[in-house]
Amino acid sequence: MTKNIMIVGVGGQGSLLASKLLGHLLLTRGYDVKVSEVHGMSQRGGSVVTYVRYGDRVYSPIIDKGEADLIVSFEQLEAARWIEYLKPEGTIVTNTQKTDPMPVITGATTYPEELIEKMKAAGVNVDAIDALSLAEKAGSSKAVNLVLMGRLSRYFDFPDEAWQEAISACVPAKFLELNRKAFELGRSA
Amino acid sequence: MKRLMLGNAAAARGLYEAGCCVVSSYPGTPSTEITEEAAKYDEIYAEWAPNEKVAMETAFGASLAGKRSFCGMKHVGLNVAADPLFTVSYTGINAGMVIAVADDPGMHSSQNEQDSRHYAASAKIPMLEPSDSGESYAFAKLAYEISEQFDTPVLLKMCTRVAHSQSVVETGDRVEPPVRPYEKNIAKYVMMPGNAIRRHPVVEERTRKLTEYAETSPLNRAEEGSDHSLGIVTSSTCYQYVKEVCGDTYPVLKLGMIWPMPVRKIRDFAASVEKLVVVEELDGFIEEHCRNLGLDPIGKDLFPLEGEFSQNLIAEKLGVPVHGGPTLQENIPARPPVMCAGCPHRGMFYTLSKNKVTVLGDIGCYTLGAVAPLAAIEMTLCMGASISATHGFNKALGKDSEGRTVAVIGDSTFMHSGMTGLANIAYNQSNSTVIILDNSITGMTGHQQNPTTGYNIKGDPAGKIDLEALCRAMGFERVRVVDPYDLAACDRAIKEELAAEEPSVIISRRPCALLKYVKHKAPLVVDADKCKSCKNCMKVGCPAISMKGGRAAIDNTLCVGCGVCMQLCHFGALKEGE
Repeated sequence: MTKNIMIVGVGGQGSLLASKLLGHLLLTRGYDVKVSEVHGMSQRGGSVVTYVRYGDRVYSPIIDKGEADLIVSFEQLEAARWIEYLKPEGTIVTNTQKTDPMPVITGATTYPEELIEKMKAAGVNVDAIDALSLAEKAGSSKAVNLVLMGRLSRYFDFPDEAWQEAISACVPAKFLELNRKAFELGRSA
Repeated sequence: MKRLMLGNAAAARGLYEAGCCVVSSYPGTPSTEITEEAAKYDEIYAEWAPNEKVAMETAFGASLAGKRSFCGMKHVGLNVAADPLFTVSYTGINAGMVIAVADDPGMHSSQNEQDSRHYAASAKIPMLEPSDSGESYAFAKLAYEISEQFDTPVLLKMCTRVAHSQSVVETGDRVEPPVRPYEKNIAKYVMMPGNAIRRHPVVEERTRKLTEYAETSPLNRAEEGSDHSLGIVTSSTCYQYVKEVCGDTYPVLKLGMIWPMPVRKIRDFAASVEKLVVVEELDGFIEEHCRNLGLDPIGKDLFPLEGEFSQNLIAEKLGVPVHGGPTLQENIPARPPVMCAGCPHRGMFYTLSKNKVTVLGDIGCYTLGAVAPLAAIEMTLCMGASISATHGFNKALGKDSEGRTVAVIGDSTFMHSGMTGLANIAYNQSNSTVIILDNSITGMTGHQQNPTTGYNIKGDPAGKIDLEALCRAMGFERVRVVDPYDLAACDRAIKEELAAEEPSVIISRRPCALLKYVKHKAPLVVDADKCKSCKNCMKVGCPAISMKGGRAAIDNTLCVGCGVCMQLCHFGALKEGE
């Protein structure tokens, strides 16, 4: 049975490192894995999505509506944007951070209020976390991705060592301690 | 060794193992990483060429000299390289030559959605089409064998979902094929009419042999299914979607060689099923081949000609039920890509917009200068068109447009296709103003070096073209450099150069804010007591500024302290941070 994880956010938030880490981990756990990324124009502050799929034999590299077991969102509005991709019994792990998109900045529209409550009211399993504060606590606002990976790790049965090995393999050595700390803060939050 | 690899990295591994020695490419999403990854292997000489035509000719030269070569590009890049492409088909090669072309269905990062498979048929060059990273790796290797066996360059056709998806690859070791000595052969390599006339029948004979190869090659394989009421012919990423939806239910003919296509194999497959269905993104290329064989498949009458496919799309078309997810009764604002906080292009676009200048644009990050609120760019066509089209615009309208029209083009795009347009202005004398947005890197594709940066693909010092000297050498006497963070200087430069009665070049120079060596200042701070909520600072369309509680607010995670917005505040409410 193929499992589906989506990583969504705003271009530039570091979702590519998150998918690299997940891909590495799942491969070492013996799964067939496919990861689909977005490069180029959309990375410039646009809405970005990365698909991670694993199982015995994975065909499609992408995840379609109603298929995601887990969605990890780096930003509230992006969580709401991709909600339709979640399975009815799936869970969305979202950062509570809000980043205004350009149509909101220019005043053409407004940022919707109380999105997390509204998603919960729609029957969605929402696991909200202030990943930005935890990342800053770990030492850098850029470590939001590892805080979210830490939180996500609670939805898997993999041993802590497997996650630690994946972090070591994917993060540059000089940022390793910072990222380990961020991961731990997310995992224990 | 089993590894998770990006399709592009896997293709690079394939050409490495095949003993490829020379790689020359121009970056273009989604093809860029093939060359970036190839450059990491010490045995390969790799470079960024100024454009795809130069890259293909360089790769051809290396093949002629006797070493396996490669060039890679995006779909529209193949248009630029189409000139050598059609004739290298005639000359054939010496050592193996592989050309990767990456299509972008859904236009994630492109100006059109062209289907490059037509080039294979049109130039009569075999084309392989992998469906995942494992095949990208294996097909890249095999492409060299086909190239040398049939004396032809081989096209390796990627698409966004194959190029930018990671899947498992089992890699091997590099082989070092012996250098194939170069031999003078004027009849084969000098394509003047008398020789080319004799080469054309060689090409046609080669196509016949390649078609026979396609009949028996494992590149094209029929997979059994339990239900023969349908049989699906497919290739590339569509194969993966079909298998995801149908599993082993219907027989599938999976084409790995998309040109030339087999005849008997397709006819036999069609005869084994009740109804033939062709699943392919963009044009009905396989479908047309089937129709030429007298078959009547379901194809583009059912499946769209536009955009990317997905498993749900195929399921719906084949009548397989799909389940949607939860929905929210909420208007979710779009989040289009924007110029980054601190982007050096912003100040120039703000000034152009303020002066109500007609701006003809080009291809790169700065195309985002067309997005609100700046909405400065009014035309973007292809690489280099800003300059040539501005010349044409001014020739058409003369004085009515010369004083209020500019071309904007990035440094890399200028090197790619802008120089010839500039030569046309110098030669045919239009009073045009060209702004070179020099951010000292090829930005949109993810920071590749180019001939103006002074570094090569490996980051080592290299030749550096002096833009000012180049423009002057072409005959431009008015060449000036401005810092786009300085709005007053931008304003002066635009006004003066548009007013001048001669052609001019403004070089708007500041490195991309995302470059690692660029030092950022502390985020700006807002003095809420001084902010009058006039929203003047919002006019630059910076993602780091928003209104919070009626006052300007700075997002500290984005702001790099460039100070452009500060220059717009009449009340001193924006200040440099500590």
